[in-house]
Amino acid sequence: MTALLTTPTGAATPAEEPTVPPERRRVPYLLLLPGLLWLAVFFVVPLVTLVSTSLQTGSLEEGYALTFSWSTYSDVWSTYSSQLLRSFLYAGSATVLALVIGYPLAYAIAFKAHRWRNLMLVLVVAPFFTSFLLRTLAWKIVLADDGWVVGALQTVGLMSDTGRLLATPAAVVLGLTYNFLPFMVLPLYASLEKMDPLLLEAAGDLHATPVTAFRTVTWPLSLPGVVAGTLLTFIPAAGDYVNVQFLGTPNSQMIGNVIESRFLTVLDYPAAAALSITVMAVVLILVVAYVRRVGARELL
Amino acid sequence: MPERSGADGPALGPRDLRLVGLRKAFGSAVAVDDLTLTVPAGSFFALLGPSGCGKTTTLRMVAGLETPTAGQVLLGEEDISRRRPYERPVNTVFQSYALFPHLSVEENVAFGLRRRGRKNVKGVVAEMLELVELGGFGRRRPGQLSGGQQQRVAVARALINEPEVLLLDEPLGALDLKLRRQMQLELKRIQTRVGSTFVHVTHDQEEAMTMADTIAVMNAGRVEQLGTPRELYERPVTRYVANFLGQSNILDGSVVEVRGNETLVDVHGVGLLVPGRLGAPGSTASFGVRPEKALAVAGDPTHRDPALRNAIPGTVTDVSFTGLSTQYVVRTPWDQELGVFTQNAGGETLVRRGDPVVVAWRPEHTFPLAAGTGAMPDDEPAAPPVMAPVSS
Repeated sequence: MTALLTTPTGAATPAEEPTVPPERRRVPYLLLLPGLLWLAVFFVVPLVTLVSTSLQTGSLEEGYALTFSWSTYSDVWSTYSSQLLRSFLYAGSATVLALVIGYPLAYAIAFKAHRWRNLMLVLVVAPFFTSFLLRTLAWKIVLADDGWVVGALQTVGLMSDTGRLLATPAAVVLGLTYNFLPFMVLPLYASLEKMDPLLLEAAGDLHATPVTAFRTVTWPLSLPGVVAGTLLTFIPAAGDYVNVQFLGTPNSQMIGNVIESRFLTVLDYPAAAALSITVMAVVLILVVAYVRRVGARELL
Repeated sequence: MPERSGADGPALGPRDLRLVGLRKAFGSAVAVDDLTLTVPAGSFFALLGPSGCGKTTTLRMVAGLETPTAGQVLLGEEDISRRRPYERPVNTVFQSYALFPHLSVEENVAFGLRRRGRKNVKGVVAEMLELVELGGFGRRRPGQLSGGQQQRVAVARALINEPEVLLLDEPLGALDLKLRRQMQLELKRIQTRVGSTFVHVTHDQEEAMTMADTIAVMNAGRVEQLGTPRELYERPVTRYVANFLGQSNILDGSVVEVRGNETLVDVHGVGLLVPGRLGAPGSTASFGVRPEKALAVAGDPTHRDPALRNAIPGTVTDVSFTGLSTQYVVRTPWDQELGVFTQNAGGETLVRRGDPVVVAWRPEHTFPLAAGTGAMPDDEPAAPPVMAPVSS
């Protein structure tokens, strides 16, 4: 804000500096205040509470006290390592599936739908008009052992007569993919739609086959959408517990189910908090590594 | 027919670009109609016409971005009309440049070479950037360049592939006048140096005349006339061409008699001489004269110059001084307005508004026009109803 054009000696002539009255200097900070306040109330305070909860010991009967006991972390890691791993595995599979399904869909909406474009976008968003729980419950009915999907698969011989879809890892990944697909499609669509189709003609004119043109022009230009879409899918999917609850089995739980039962059923707050922080930290590390790798090089 | 095409054009070269009976219809709208022309290899060829005349569609068919409804695009004897764009030895400089925003200038220029598997492109790319005077800009992104610089990247990106034919789709349209002039000369210089065939689409007649060896004037999907800039200007054969390239005074009359190599035409009672044999006595005849070829003088013009044998009496209705020239509007007894441009070279007798004058010119400066061309004789040709969906 203040002028840098002062004399090199420390004894700058104050008269040459444009004097900003002190009350004017405060204005930018005052303007920041609402945002800072919001962050403090909705981010810093909950986070501090969560961290301090994770460092408490005690029992429900005697009450919990802050003892800075880090052993809770090592305890929950060893006890729930399989659930942690499964969460990231399921979330990762669902993200890849959502990308594989969502990219062609977003591409079609952006370039091929023409006058159907708005209708298709509405259809992508339409499931949000009903509750997340209801939609997941609906899948439970669709995939049920006596449901038409299993029946059809058994009829055509793609599934043994005792085979089932419900209560399998596949059903959970399918549920996750379904539930977070719009979060993949919308950012992809937004980045593809911005692309000038003339660039593809130019690539063709410059001796690129359609496949090469996709690889060298469309894909790099859609990377911001890919990054946004995968993050918006992976992060909530990693913490989800509803899909396992409805479509999975108790012995294929994700970390979200553990946290939920620790907090709400067992009332073991320190363990639940430690697990929450662990998930947060792992997701943060994965996201930073991912954005660094994809983002720094190609993102505009 | 006014249309001159491959048949009586210059001698066929082995790698000339030939369009044969090319036609493109979008639904019921015909954008290009039975176009036949030859672009000699190594020439700078301009397709000139108003927007919607089919020139951009023609260009896109040569590039392979549009499939012809009928007809062929040939390079020499080789029919390339069914080849995919990336298989043609043709590159395009797009109107909006279409540079890849995510690639550096270097990578934009190297794009075509890399697609064809060329290794060690760095030296060639640097050389090409030098040619377009952008050495040192290789690391930048297109978004960090000015319009003129982007345009030169687009030229470099196309030229580096050493195309047999370089297509330029109004590449100077987005530039301001001064930069456009500069780039016109630049492109001409590059073309002379690399020797590729350049096909340049433009609606700017001055640009076409400055740059091209040969111009094809297009109107409503057809070629009206093809020739050198001088031929087109001095000897336009249709009203459309006469008005699209510069201004013209166009007169209609009926043939009185043919005298040797001249024809005497009666225009509202004034006898005027037109070079050539225009037809049997009594038939209608149209012809024109450029305003700068005519003089507005008081009294008998042959006293000034015995060669000024064509003369129409009239009254000056407007005089405007434009610096380089003075432009007069002279109203004839039959209420037609004729333009006369006089160079301000000094020594002209001053003619004022309201003065009775004679508009006079040499018969050899008169150009006969093809009869019965239905083209609009307006100064500014409006866009014809036939419009390609991709506007030029």
